[in-house]
Amino acid sequence: MSIDLSQFHQVFFEESYEGLDAMESALLNLQPDNVDSETINEIFRAAHSIKGGSGTFGFTDVASFTHVVETLLDEIRSETRTITSETVDLFLRSVDCIRRMIQQHDAGEPCDIPEASELKALFEAILSGDEPSETDVIAAVDPEAKAAEVQPENASQKGWRIYFKPEIDVLRTGNDPLRMFRELESLGSLSVTADVSELPLISSIDPEACYLAWSLELSADVPKSAVEEVFEWVVDESDLTITPLSESNLSSAENTASDAVSENASGPVVDSVIDAEPDNNEEQQNSPIAGPAPTESPKPVAAKPTATVSDKKDKSKVEVSSIRVGIDKVDDLINMVGELVITQSMLGELGLDFTIESLPRLLEGIEQLSQNTRELQESVMRIRMLPISFTFSRFPRLVHDLSRTMGKKIELKLLGEQTELDKTVMERIGDPLVHLVRNSLDHGIETPEQRINAGKPETGTITLNAFHQSGNIVIQIIDDGAGLNKPRILEKAQQNGLVAEGDMLSDDQIHDLIFRPGFSTADQISDISGRGVGMDVVRRNINELNGSVEVESSEGEGSVFTIRLPLTLAILDGQLIRVGKHIYILPLISIVESIQSFQGMLHRVVGGCDLLRLRDEYVPIIQLSSIFNIASDAKDMDDGLLVVVEGDNMKVAILIDDLEAQQQVVIKSLEENYKKVDGVSGATILGDGTVSLILDIAGLIKLAGVQRYEYKAVSSGDDCAA
Amino acid sequence: MAEKQNDNVTIDSINDDISDAIAHEPSEQYLTFFIDNEEYGVDILSVQEIRGWEPATEIPNAPAYLKGVINLRGTVVPITDLRLRFGINQFEYSPVTVVIVVKVKAGNSEKIMGVVVDAVSDVSNFSKADIHPAPELAENKNTAFVKGLGSSESKMVILLDINKLLSAPDDVDLSEMSRALAK
Amino acid sequence: MARILAVDDSASMRQMVSFTLKGAGHDVVEAADGKQALDKAKGTQVDLVLSDVNMPVMDGLALVKELRALPNYKFTPILMLTTESTGDKKMEGKQAGATGWLVKPFNPDQLLATIKKVLG
Repeated sequence: MSIDLSQFHQVFFEESYEGLDAMESALLNLQPDNVDSETINEIFRAAHSIKGGSGTFGFTDVASFTHVVETLLDEIRSETRTITSETVDLFLRSVDCIRRMIQQHDAGEPCDIPEASELKALFEAILSGDEPSETDVIAAVDPEAKAAEVQPENASQKGWRIYFKPEIDVLRTGNDPLRMFRELESLGSLSVTADVSELPLISSIDPEACYLAWSLELSADVPKSAVEEVFEWVVDESDLTITPLSESNLSSAENTASDAVSENASGPVVDSVIDAEPDNNEEQQNSPIAGPAPTESPKPVAAKPTATVSDKKDKSKVEVSSIRVGIDKVDDLINMVGELVITQSMLGELGLDFTIESLPRLLEGIEQLSQNTRELQESVMRIRMLPISFTFSRFPRLVHDLSRTMGKKIELKLLGEQTELDKTVMERIGDPLVHLVRNSLDHGIETPEQRINAGKPETGTITLNAFHQSGNIVIQIIDDGAGLNKPRILEKAQQNGLVAEGDMLSDDQIHDLIFRPGFSTADQISDISGRGVGMDVVRRNINELNGSVEVESSEGEGSVFTIRLPLTLAILDGQLIRVGKHIYILPLISIVESIQSFQGMLHRVVGGCDLLRLRDEYVPIIQLSSIFNIASDAKDMDDGLLVVVEGDNMKVAILIDDLEAQQQVVIKSLEENYKKVDGVSGATILGDGTVSLILDIAGLIKLAGVQRYEYKAVSSGDDCAA
Repeated sequence: MAEKQNDNVTIDSINDDISDAIAHEPSEQYLTFFIDNEEYGVDILSVQEIRGWEPATEIPNAPAYLKGVINLRGTVVPITDLRLRFGINQFEYSPVTVVIVVKVKAGNSEKIMGVVVDAVSDVSNFSKADIHPAPELAENKNTAFVKGLGSSESKMVILLDINKLLSAPDDVDLSEMSRALAK
Repeated sequence: MARILAVDDSASMRQMVSFTLKGAGHDVVEAADGKQALDKAKGTQVDLVLSDVNMPVMDGLALVKELRALPNYKFTPILMLTTESTGDKKMEGKQAGATGWLVKPFNPDQLLATIKKVLG
């Protein structure tokens, strides 16, 4: 039977990446002075699985490297060695190294990581003095070495005489002497004589115990090892002697084989050949017989190196990008398919003898079918959504390493890790995020001395925060560092001609200059975030995802970088609204409140935007019918309904005719086949199959030409009346 | 061969013709249709299907000829009324009013769009020799949207470059072009 | 044709074992840790258990002990899939009540040959 092991490679790679991530985060959480045994176990298990899998699937380089890592971990686990921050760093470097090795295998490239041998030497240096680790490594994991270990064995021409007395509890381990005899029988003809001398009186007999011993004669042309293998699992606890039926064929190989038995067997070894000297002639004569033997006999230890090599060859096949999905999402899908099947069989039955009386049931069934289909579609879409923790998880390591390099003390906080976004968006936001975090580490957070001098805690904090807002995912990188240096930015911008000498710029405008192409301050370039990749590239990458990035900063207190990204394939909780005959969708998350009767709260502005007085603030009113040029039911503003929404950092009230249902909608792109429409972020398909547009609040604000300024009600001069 | 009246042509039979045409992939096959009694043609390889008119969801502030978007098996597809695009007054939509769904190459991507025409006519073959360049309209560069004029014994068909036509910016006025060609 | 419980926290190993066994006509029940395996073993009688040693929640040795304490698993063959080729690790398994072991890495042919030993 030949099984193509390469079919399991992808699963192995993925679980290895996961295991490495788990190792990494556990290592980062490890306090060398207070080691938690469960954490060590977790790290050990991950390494252990990677070693086992890589050995099985033929990635011997990974297996042998992981073996030394595992050995040291095992010593720490069994408390024969203590862990230091140096060993933690060594382990972290090994995690990177293993990851790169697996990535190369994954990509079907020849594996060549010079660092591997360097690291391995470091591990071996730590381990040396214990075991002869090098040979151990090979023995444990290298199938080739293992195969070599199997000695060329001499075959007995006639067969073997076996005495076997198992321990009394042999049956309780699930071993069965009869099964072993059957196995021996498969090698040749067997005669068995039972020795019942130790059988106790029937009254004191334990039916689960084994009191018997056996003498067996096997007539078969098999090597001794084949016989030993039958007894492999019980040899340690049994009396076992194996002697050749004919003593005419002897060789050196038998010495080794019988040595093994004499070491292990508790009973006396009766092996008359133990001192026999090898005979050259016989060895030559016997080798052809010994040759094919290993392939014929079942031999658990003899791996086939050739098989593992050929696995590697067809590695370069198509790369399958896969996704791991929470079981709850899959269960949802299965439930829905179940419902679909029920509906289908109901409709099928109805069709068998359809009469006009069944029409209501048919309609009901069809309605149910479209409901099922819709839900199924939504669930399938949801499968593409992953929590952002997949991206966030790389940052603890990054911050750990960089803060060490820079001699800064930094704590990383991760918030909103369960916020979901589309896999494609996530894959493309990783690099810009890394750049921004590096930037905050490098330019944001001050050195411990500077912080103490500024009266701040010695340890700086970088917070990564993710949340959904108005159908977008918002990711913030917040630091409590020095903030942007406005005078220097301005100076640089003037030097580079981005700003003219006399220009008056607001703080926000100055801060925004860092995203302009060609902006870089010489003293900003460092190893960490320099290298010519500027913030303009970050902004461009984010813009390419139809997203935006902004910075807010206050000197001495820190900076907040805010990334907004659309959830292109996402599902949105929507509020259906109606204006005339048109149904639109507002992202539910953006709705603050809705106000039915607002007479007395209106503040009409001649030649400007009407305002709604909402407690202590004025909220600009946007009439959807007028900015979209459509007919509404409401003839006068008072007849309508105001929905107060928040978007782009400001509140507006949208005048509509009515609120309809709330429902989850699948966002469809308008741009895919048409183009961007002002005030609209996308479209969706409603239950009746028609298309409905999803409103984009920031876009509506722009479209309505609402001025962005503070609409704070002045408490003293309350002059507002409808 | 292409002189059939539209009322004995069913959408299904045309759709069959389209599949046949795509299967054989001859060089110059056109789906022809009528707008204001003028016969136009589009390369059949860009035609995806033909469907009956159904109300579309209006797009705010879009030009009048953009009738809106429809749901085509889960894809949001914009629908352009070619009659309005050509500056001809609106035609009352009727059961024979059809939408030709076409694949339009726009840069590296493909967009799916629908065009409303008065009625589909037929699938016609034109050999290279049957296609004549559109007359130069000195004052009008918009002939870029016309591949040429296809002629057979019985008729003349204005062959449109649908890719260019549907990718044209909103403000390009096509009314003069259609008027000039319709002569 | 036997019903075999395959226990390993590594999905790739589990898949490989399962695929191999199913290909040989066996019925396979999979579990990702000892606890899951114990629950499944209680729910259905299996003819053979193949279990990894190092696993989260409940490791292979604990699983063997728990299984041996169940009346219907007293004599069921249990093989440990272990990366340890050294003697004392194997002995730990034997002392817990395991029937035998198969040393990782192994290939499908070795797996089939080994289970043939216990299933006859």
